[in-house]
Amino acid sequence: MLVKRAPELTYKDVTPKRFYMGRRNFLLGLAVTAGAVEAWKRLPRVFAGPPTGTVPHPITGLKKWPGSTTEAVTPENDVTHYNNFYEFGTGKSDPAQNAGDFVTYPWSVSVEGEVEKPRKFTIDEIMKLAPLEERIYRHRCVEAWSIVVPWIGYSFNVLAKAVQPKPTAKFVAFQTYYNSGVMPWASSAGIELPYVEGLRIDEAMHPLTLLCTGMYGGTLPNQDGAPVRMVIPWKYGFKSIKSLVKIKFVKKQPSTTWNMENPYWYGFYSNVNPDVDRPRWSQKMEHRLGQGFFARPIPTQMFNGYGDQVASLYSGMDLTKCY
Amino acid sequence: MNFLRAVLISKWTKVVVFALCLVPLAILLWKGFHNDLSANPVQYVEHRTGDWILRFLCITLAITPLRKILHLPQLIRFRRMMGLFAFFYACLHFSTWFGVDRYFEWNLILDDVGKRPFITVGFTGFVLMIPLAVTSTAGWIRRLGGKRWQKLHRLVYFSAVAGVIHYYWLVKSDVRKPLEYGFIVALLLGWRIWSWLANRPKPGALRVKHEEAVTAESA
Repeated sequence: MLVKRAPELTYKDVTPKRFYMGRRNFLLGLAVTAGAVEAWKRLPRVFAGPPTGTVPHPITGLKKWPGSTTEAVTPENDVTHYNNFYEFGTGKSDPAQNAGDFVTYPWSVSVEGEVEKPRKFTIDEIMKLAPLEERIYRHRCVEAWSIVVPWIGYSFNVLAKAVQPKPTAKFVAFQTYYNSGVMPWASSAGIELPYVEGLRIDEAMHPLTLLCTGMYGGTLPNQDGAPVRMVIPWKYGFKSIKSLVKIKFVKKQPSTTWNMENPYWYGFYSNVNPDVDRPRWSQKMEHRLGQGFFARPIPTQMFNGYGDQVASLYSGMDLTKCY
Repeated sequence: MNFLRAVLISKWTKVVVFALCLVPLAILLWKGFHNDLSANPVQYVEHRTGDWILRFLCITLAITPLRKILHLPQLIRFRRMMGLFAFFYACLHFSTWFGVDRYFEWNLILDDVGKRPFITVGFTGFVLMIPLAVTSTAGWIRRLGGKRWQKLHRLVYFSAVAGVIHYYWLVKSDVRKPLEYGFIVALLLGWRIWSWLANRPKPGALRVKHEEAVTAESA
């Protein structure tokens, strides 16, 4: 029988002490580095102190709009802590955490372009342009979740009529405030900013299209688009642009942020449509927020259930192509 | 170092590690009972369990490089447990999607798996883990034989890559987190390629040996 003998080990084979000791140092180094990175990320929040931005206040004398849905309103805390507002972070809870220092008063919105009377409106002027109504709308996100929100505002067409659009105005372009000094993620959100959106003129003038200055009985929280935003209830949520600074009436279809990001996934119209799937999400069902873990998803309705009012805007159009 | 080795081979360490691996689940249950799973609890659970699948896959894949680099062969005792925990969280992830998110709606589910690339690739990664979990026992290693077992278990590389792609395709714009996982997985698989290339028998060396043998014979 052949017996193999291990070769004799000599001092030559001994692992140098610095390598042997290095293993522990290596592990320690890893732990220290990880700790330091984490601490660095948290540092700004420790020194930030209490938020210095605008906070919502109650609005009195609201008119109840008769067309409101009778569905259960989503708990306010869910609506204010589950947001897409990439300028304040890409996580759903980031905007509530990061928008606290956002100052939204004083504020003004420039209304310009193909209009007879271009002008700037202060937020106080906007709040007084027409009686404020409370309208409870369904709000459906392209990410297949939905909420029911008591918005406050009035039809956008009130503001439009105040500046008198010319017949050459075929579309309306909207733009969100942009300032990387106050919006911590403005330059690293992964999308091109400032955020821009657009509507066809007849969509913009439709009475359901809301110029929104509040929700849940008060002015808008920063993370929900203070001090003034759009709400277009039959379109996916990303069309309802937040924290408006510019409204421009234009001749040609304007660029819109998510459409520029991915034209195949996010069309210009982006009407809620359960029959047109997106590559990421089936649009047939939606999860209503605030109903708990085991809540059954509900079927999504065409035009988010506002078809009776808005379907005529799209008669003759192939909505599977113009999505 | 001897102390570290003693800790690594202690059976209590395994118990403690096992308990630690259940902490993410415990946190989810705790939050669930306290209604603290965010406004969209289904998505929250999907994202948290998804994170833990990738973390456990990374830990599993890190064990071999670490035990070689640090000369700590005892680490191997934890590899199966880490892999099985990756599978455990994958089961939670999958059943949350299947049962709660899609609510057992077969039409929607088949549609998703077939048409949505990020789901197709995630589902594939999950399915590839099933045979690995099944054959993780000592009995199966014996039945398959070490070499074949090892070959089969290389499927975990594909699962990890599929997991990263699944995550990358899911996010809308902020790809930093998926890229972090991608970087770690690339590093761990890169080390394997490097060590395979480095330990490959050199053709030149073989020939020399052969010639030596021939000379020895003729002498």
